This record gives sequence, structure tokens and C-alpha cells, in this order.
Amino acid sequence: MSVDQATVRRIAHLARIAVTDEEVPNLQSELNAILAFVEQLGEVDVTGVEPMTSVTPMAMKKRVDAVTDGGFPEKVTGNAPVSEDGFFVVPKVVE
Amino acid sequence: MTDPTKLTLAEARDALANKSLSAVELTGAFVSAVEKARDLNAYVLETPDKALAMAKASDDRIAKGAAGPLEGIPLGIKDLYATEGVRTTAGSNILRNFVPAYESTVTSQLWRDGAVMLGKLNNDEFAMGSSNESSAFGPAVSPWRRPGSNAQLVPGGSSGGSSAAVAADLCLGATATDTGGSIRQPAAFTGTVGIKPTYGRCSRWGIVAFASSLDQAGPIAKTVRDTAILLRSMAGHDAKDTTSADIAVPDYEAAVGRSIKGMKIGIPKEYRVDGMSSEIEALWMQGIEWLREAGAEIVEVSLPHTKYALPAYYIVAPAEASSNLARYDGVRYGLRVPGKDIAEMYENTRAAGFGKEVRRRIMIGTYVLSAGYYDAYYVRAQQIRTLIKRDFETVYAAGVDAILTPATPSPAFGVGEMGAADPVEMYLNDVFTVTVNMAGLPGLALPAGLSSDGLPLGLQLIGRPFDEETLFSVGEVIEKAAGRFTAPDRWWA
Amino acid sequence: MNAPADPKKLIKGATGDWEVVVGMEIHAQVTSKSKLFSGASTEFGGEPNDHVSLVDAAMPGMLPVINEECVAQAVRTGLGLKAEINLRSVFDRKNYFYPDLPQGYQISQYKSPIVGEGEVLVDMIDGTQIRVGVERLHLEQDAGKSLHDQHPTMSFVDLNRSGVALMEIVSKPDIRSADEAKAYVTKLRTILRYLGTCDGDMEKGSLRADVNVSVRKPGDPLGTRCEIKNVNSIRFIGQAVEAEARRQIGILEDGGVIKQETRLFDPGKGETRSMRSKEEAHDYRYFPDPDLLPLEFDQAYVDALAAHLPELPDAKKARFIAEYGLSPYDAGVLVAERDQADYFESVAKGRDGKAAANWVINELFGRLNKEGLDIGASPVSAAQLGAVVDLIGEGTISGKIAKDLFEIVWTEGGDPRALVESRGMKQVTDTGAIEKAVDEVIAANPDKVQQAIAKPTMLGWFVGQVMKQTGGKANPQSVNDLLKAKLGI
Ligand SMILES: [Mg+2]
Ligand SMILES: [Zn+2]
Repeated sequence: MSVDQATVRRIAHLARIAVTDEEVPNLQSELNAILAFVEQLGEVDVTGVEPMTSVTPMAMKKRVDAVTDGGFPEKVTGNAPVSEDGFFVVPKVVE
Repeated sequence: MTDPTKLTLAEARDALANKSLSAVELTGAFVSAVEKARDLNAYVLETPDKALAMAKASDDRIAKGAAGPLEGIPLGIKDLYATEGVRTTAGSNILRNFVPAYESTVTSQLWRDGAVMLGKLNNDEFAMGSSNESSAFGPAVSPWRRPGSNAQLVPGGSSGGSSAAVAADLCLGATATDTGGSIRQPAAFTGTVGIKPTYGRCSRWGIVAFASSLDQAGPIAKTVRDTAILLRSMAGHDAKDTTSADIAVPDYEAAVGRSIKGMKIGIPKEYRVDGMSSEIEALWMQGIEWLREAGAEIVEVSLPHTKYALPAYYIVAPAEASSNLARYDGVRYGLRVPGKDIAEMYENTRAAGFGKEVRRRIMIGTYVLSAGYYDAYYVRAQQIRTLIKRDFETVYAAGVDAILTPATPSPAFGVGEMGAADPVEMYLNDVFTVTVNMAGLPGLALPAGLSSDGLPLGLQLIGRPFDEETLFSVGEVIEKAAGRFTAPDRWWA
Repeated sequence: MNAPADPKKLIKGATGDWEVVVGMEIHAQVTSKSKLFSGASTEFGGEPNDHVSLVDAAMPGMLPVINEECVAQAVRTGLGLKAEINLRSVFDRKNYFYPDLPQGYQISQYKSPIVGEGEVLVDMIDGTQIRVGVERLHLEQDAGKSLHDQHPTMSFVDLNRSGVALMEIVSKPDIRSADEAKAYVTKLRTILRYLGTCDGDMEKGSLRADVNVSVRKPGDPLGTRCEIKNVNSIRFIGQAVEAEARRQIGILEDGGVIKQETRLFDPGKGETRSMRSKEEAHDYRYFPDPDLLPLEFDQAYVDALAAHLPELPDAKKARFIAEYGLSPYDAGVLVAERDQADYFESVAKGRDGKAAANWVINELFGRLNKEGLDIGASPVSAAQLGAVVDLIGEGTISGKIAKDLFEIVWTEGGDPRALVESRGMKQVTDTGAIEKAVDEVIAANPDKVQQAIAKPTMLGWFVGQVMKQTGGKANPQSVNDLLKAKLGI
């Protein structure tokens, strides 16, 4: 499979990465090089093979339900590019 | 007294214990070595004041007889590990000013055991790379040069700052991470020793994620023994990482020097890839010979899905990365580039904050997960991963204790020499190491010889799950036979 | 699905009858102290970003660890919905960018949810019952909150809600009217509250409904549906279904087609409107979360939770009918809230169930309603109300006096039995005293006596007069008997 330029733009938008018109052809050929490289996976017979979900077979441990974290809003917003009154601030979102 | 930066970690530990050297003296020597080595660009942040304060505290504990297993040992920390109050960037502009309010589990265990932090080490941006050239801080440079040449060589990647710093005596050991070979390939390129432990051995909590199902922390150090000492402190179950294994951590150092007589060492025929250079082939044969001489039984084994590991990796890793890196959006921390609305702010921030390789991998990952392609790419790659793991299980079930392979298909290359046009060319660096991540197994890389142009070449040992001890025992046999490989004179200082 | 449409539920249009088809996705906040994947508090409100861990803020290198109580709550809920419990389920990442979604993905369950198919039996006001199938229930994280009214050009983001556990309960499209939609949510809410797995507080957003509405001509295949997002009261759910069905019928009858889209209900205007910002085609790129292993447990774990499940409303209703002889309607009213049912049972234990139900529903609930109080805040305890019922039952007070007594207990409190004693409210059973009053009334109304002999229904008037004379304390039965004897009717 290979991608066209419209697909490159669509992926870039899905990934929220701005691309310039000049970048698109380069990205297209790089992505196609990678896609050509992974093409060989099509040779493998995978019928009946479970896709791997966890590489180490073990049971997932669970937490007990207790409040053990939080209570430090200054740590949460300490690295924020913009914050006000303890909130993160972003350009207005319209619904 | 000899230059303390030339000591191995074990030697320094013994000198500190018998008080022939103080932690402050030792750290002081490293602080000045680091300052003089800025041309190598191994450290992206030096923390000399913190280092000397930690060393002073170590001396106090040594005096009180309360020394930890790594008391007073100066280490470099890959900039992928969150260090509380100390800038942590993952080598990316998007985190250029990020100061975490938390300490990664692995580094907190190192400090618990008395180690001293010299600073943060360079790496490929978000650990995506095999040459350290994708770092927002510019490439780290290997202390190695081809004889008679001034050309800068890469120290490998993504843990290039770690391997360069260890090889250039800028720390006694370094933390690193390995998603597809990022500990073992840089170790092989710099004549150092690196181990990627079994997936789940070390906690991933507080380490900037690249590909969650593949990422593992591990050390790079000068010798097999030194990596064993470091891994013992780094490893262990962490309730904050449910993928970390609740399995007791053995005294890895005790495995160093253990006899390998009667062990079965597998030689996978599929690693004899097309176009493998004769010197790599010869190195591998030499390794086999050393192990045979030490009493190991050599058996040929088959890992039939080996050739699919790298392409499958280039689906799984970017897919996970595309999602893991979605949090870098300019809202809560890191870079923000304004836009006319929120969507444009995201797009501008992420276009400016991520470098080329990271953007490329996010795009590939986004594509293979997108509607209509998920089954053909992601599900198939995860099925192939199951087959790769099964290959190893079959070999181990037949009684093989460890597998010996080359670590890399070539010695270190020059800065700017590779991967400019075709990203796949760079990806091929990981062809021998990536299977180990796909199967979650432990892998140790160590130097075993020099190339025709005088650069280190490494071998890789692959172990059973959670059997790092065997790798240390076998590794030490090779190390003893091959000798150590140290970089030429300090051209950078 | 193509069962014949019930004509009563059809909507009249210009071109004939239409059937509305509704399915719902309910997001119910799991009752737990801490979040699904972090140890931060789930408490409502708080200073901005206070109930937030580094995990909830998606700091680099943070990892989720699942809360065992949230898992148990989901299983309990599944059991309460008589649903299939999946011993193995998988957490997936749903990837999209939004400022109140810190990770850039929501951890949810996509292909393998923790709970599979189940059902909710819904009693309608007219006494009929409908069965609404449950498609699935899965666990997922809530998002944070964006405030849009703090600043002219900026939105403010608070992550206190981020990571709180939600159960998304997806119904089958089995609902056929606005009333059924309201009744379904009401019943589901009752079940969740009985189970203690969600407090059902819609004002605080603990229960939110996405309502999928389509219309069709009876017998036709399903029409194109629109999803009305986040309707936050049961009344609005009814209005939204109604408004959306009418809108769609209008379009279709004008020869138009329905565009599948996400809409919002505007309660002020009583209409739905398109959510323009959500129009963009979503590609959520679901894949299993590599930070979390599959969620696995054994049947013994499920059985242990099942063994400790409380009696649920359907079972309780059936038992109230059987054990206390209640009408299905009264039993239904009582079991609508667990603490109401419990209150009733404390009153009814060892007493006449019907009388108890009558007092609880008519007197107590009526009064609570008037005052806007919950049963938990009732000034009359079950023991006090039980004593009132006892006093009537043993003939100590009349029904009329009992109402006065109830009023005294409501406003002043106290032991009803002692109050009856101290305030002389005891019923007069002394035939002599009653006879005296009867004689007086007969003597004073000779004309009425003549009428009563001709028309025995006049007896009631005499009873009233005697009761008046005795201050309501005379035993009505004795009054009746004496009057009949003396008037010869
Ligand atoms: Mg939904
Ligand atoms: Zn949902």
C-alpha cells in the first residue's frame, strides 16, 4: 500500500501536526518507503495466531480504592505555558 | 594516584569502601572531566552542584558505616528519565523547559542506593533514532575515531549520550533505555557494555514513553560486572507500573564469573543475513569459539520469523508512539506555539516542537492505526510478534540457555552519513537487536573486537525471560577472552 | 425488532403514523473514592486541578494502575442488569485531541467490554412492562472540564473530573416513545442506586444520557439516527426524544433525508440543534492500551460479588406484592428508591402491610413531597409511623385522629402512644358515652330521622354528627352499630 498527498495531509491533521505544501511530497516518499519496507509482512501466514497483547504473561495487579494522590494543583499547573486561577488556559473551544 | 575517572564502577566502589578515595574527590574528578568534554555533547545538562552535594552526603554515610550498594558512584542519567526539579527534555524541543515534579522509579532507586547524579545525558528525540542525531540538542559524538581521521562518529542511539559518556570516562555508568536496540547498539558502537533486561524487570514509571510495550530501562557501563551492579539497583517491581514483574531481583554481580560449562548456547542461522560483512561474521565465529573453549555446548538454532521483526517493529512502535506522544499538545506543559484556534495551536505546537524523525514516526503510527488499516497493519504486526516470541520459546524449550548473535551489522558510522534520504537505511541498524524487544527478552551487548578501521564491534547475548544472570555469566567469559576496548586518547579534553 | 408497532405509541404525521426508535448510551459515574487509574479523589467540586494526580494530568512517564473497586462496581452493575460478565476484557485507547483530554486518548473498552448483553425491565405508568435490551457495559475514564465563560477568547481547563471512572451502558434500540425513554432511564437509575454503583445524581453529572433517535413508518427498517449528546435530566430526555422525532418526521414528510449527526438539546427552546464542531469525521484509532494488561478474573470472583448483591427493585416489588399483599402500583411506588422501600418494610414488619403502605405512600410521601424532603430527612421515623399504624389497628385511635397524631409527631416529635395518652386522643369505645351522643343527635334531628328511615344512606350524616359530638374519638364501628339499631335500619 502507498499513500497519496491527500492522505499525507489527512494523517497530519489526525496527528495534529501542521505540514507545509513543500513538506508534503517529502513526507509522502518517506512514508511510502516505510510502507514498502513493511509490505513483506504480507508473506507471513498468520491464520489463527493471537495478536500479542502483553509480552510478559502475568495478571494485572489492581489498586485498592483509596485517595492517595492529588492535592497539589501547583504541581499540576507548574509547567503550564498559560494558567490562571489554577486553571489551564487554552484558546476558546467552540462546541 | 591514577585518574579516578578511569576506574571501573566496581573498582571505584572498592576504593570508596576502603576509603582510599572519597566520594567528593571522585565526583569532583568527573565534574571536571564532564566540563572539559563539552565537545562530545554527551551531557545536555550538567548538575555539578547537585553532584557534589550528593557526594558529600555519600561521604557522611560512608563515615557512619551506612553506605548503600552504589554509595558515592557518579552516574549520568539519560534525559528520558524524569528527575525531580531537574529539567527533563527527552531530547525534544517540545519539552525544552520541562521540570518534572517527580522522580522516575529507576533513578529514585539509584539515589536510594547512594549513587550521585552528574547530569542529564543526550539522546535521540523521544528515543527515536540509532545515532543520537535526532536530538534537539544536536548529536552526541563518540569518543572513538578512525585511526588517522578527525571525522566525527556517532555513539549510536538512542542512548548515544549514555554510551559516549561511559566510553569517554564522563561517568562510571549511565542509565539508558532500549525500545528496539537503544542500549545495545550504542554499547556496541562505543566498546561499552549494555543490557536491556527482560520487559517488566525495571519500572517504566517516570521514564518518558516511546513505545510502551517495548520500552525497557537498563544500564550502560564499562564492564559486564558494572552493568550487573547497576541493574540490581535499577530493577524491581513497582506498584506504579502494572507491567513491571513482581519477581525477586537476584544479586546479578554474583553471576559474574560463574562457570558456563555445560551451558547450551544457540546460534540462530537466520542472523546470518545477506550481505553481512566478513568481519562481523569473523567476530561472531570468534565469540562462538571462546564460549566453546569455556565449556559451553554450541548448537545451531532456528528463529524463522527473524526477518519480520524489524518491519513489524516499524508498525508497533510508531503506533504506540503516535498515541503516547499525543499528550504533547501545548496545554499543560512544554512548548506552545499559538494559533488562531485550538486546532491550529495543536498543529503549530507539534510541528515546531517535534523534530523530523518524531513527526515521521507519529505520522506512520497514525496511519497504521487509522480506520481501514488497523487490521492489515497493527493486528498483523502483533500476530507476527506472537510468532517471533514463539520462535524463542521453542528454542528455549529445547534446552538452550542463551543465544549468541552479532550486536550490529556494522561498526559506528560518521555523523551525517546515514539515513538522510531513506529512513529505512537507518532503521536497519536495529536488525539484530529488535527481535529481543518484540519478544520481551533480556539482551546484553558487549565489545568483542575491533573492525578493520579500528572501531569497536559488539556481540549480543539473548537470554530466557528474567534470566539476566546467565547473560552476565556468559558475557564475562567473552569479556575476559576479548579484553576491554577503550577509546583513543582524550582528543576532546 | 420488527414486532408490530403498538398503535398507542405512534406519532401522527401529515402522511400517516410514524414510529420513533430510541437507543441510549448512559454514562454513569462509578461510586468510588478514587479515580479509575489514579489515587486522586473523585469528590465533586473542589479547587481547580486539586483532585488531580500526575497520572490524570498526563505528565510524561506516568502510568495507569486500575482501581479494583471500579472493576467490582462494573461487575455488580452487570449482575444487576442480568448481563453476561466477561472474565477477560481489554482496555483500549480512543485517540483524539481535546483540551480536557490530557493524554490525547481516553482509556476505554472497545472490542472486549467487561459486561456483555443484559436487560432492564421497565414498568410503565399504565401497568404495562417493556423489556429494554442492554448491548454492553464498559469502563472508561471521564474527561476534564472546560469552562468557556471565564474569558472572551480563552477556555479554562480543570482536570478534577479527568480520570473518574464511568460505566457506559449501551441499550439496544428497544425504546419506542419519549415516555419509555424516561421510564428506562428512571429504572436504570433505580437499579444503579440500589446496587450502590452510581449515585445517579444527574445535576452533578453522575448520570448523563446520549440519546439516539430515529423514526420510521411502522414495519419499515430502521431509519437514519441522530445522536443527542449529554442530555442531563430525565424530563429533558423525554422532551429531546419528542422534539427530535418531530423534527425528523417534518424533514421526511417534506421529502428530505435525515443526515446522521450529533445534536444538542436546547431545553430553553425545546429543540435539538446540530453540533457543528463534532461534524468532523472521527477516526479514533482504537488499539489495546499497552500500559495495561488485559483485565482478567475468575467466576469465583463474580460469584462472590453476586452473593453480596442487595435485593433489586424487581425482586423486591414481587416480594412486597406476595408478602404484604400490596397492589403492583403501590409496590412499584415503594421500591422506586431503596431507602423508601426499607422505610416501608420497617413500618410493615409485623403489621398490616396494606395499612402500612397506605400510610407511607399517602400520608408520609405526600407530606415529604410538599416539604421537598427526602425520606432520609423525614421527621417521622419508621418506628413512630409504625406506632401510629398500631394504634389504629388496635382501635385505640380512629383514622381521623391518627392524621392529627401524625401531624403532631411530624411537627413536635415524641412517642405516638404517649401522645395519645397525654392529649386524650384515645378513641371512645365506652358504649355508654357513645350511646349518649347517639341519643342526643337523634333527639335533636327528628326530621332527619324520618328521612333516614326512608333512605338508609342518610346514615352517614348521622355518623358524622356523632363523631363531631365526640370530638372524633368515638369508635366508628360502634357508632354505626348503635345508629342502625336505634334508627331501625
Ligand atoms: Mg458514546
Ligand atoms: Zn463513553
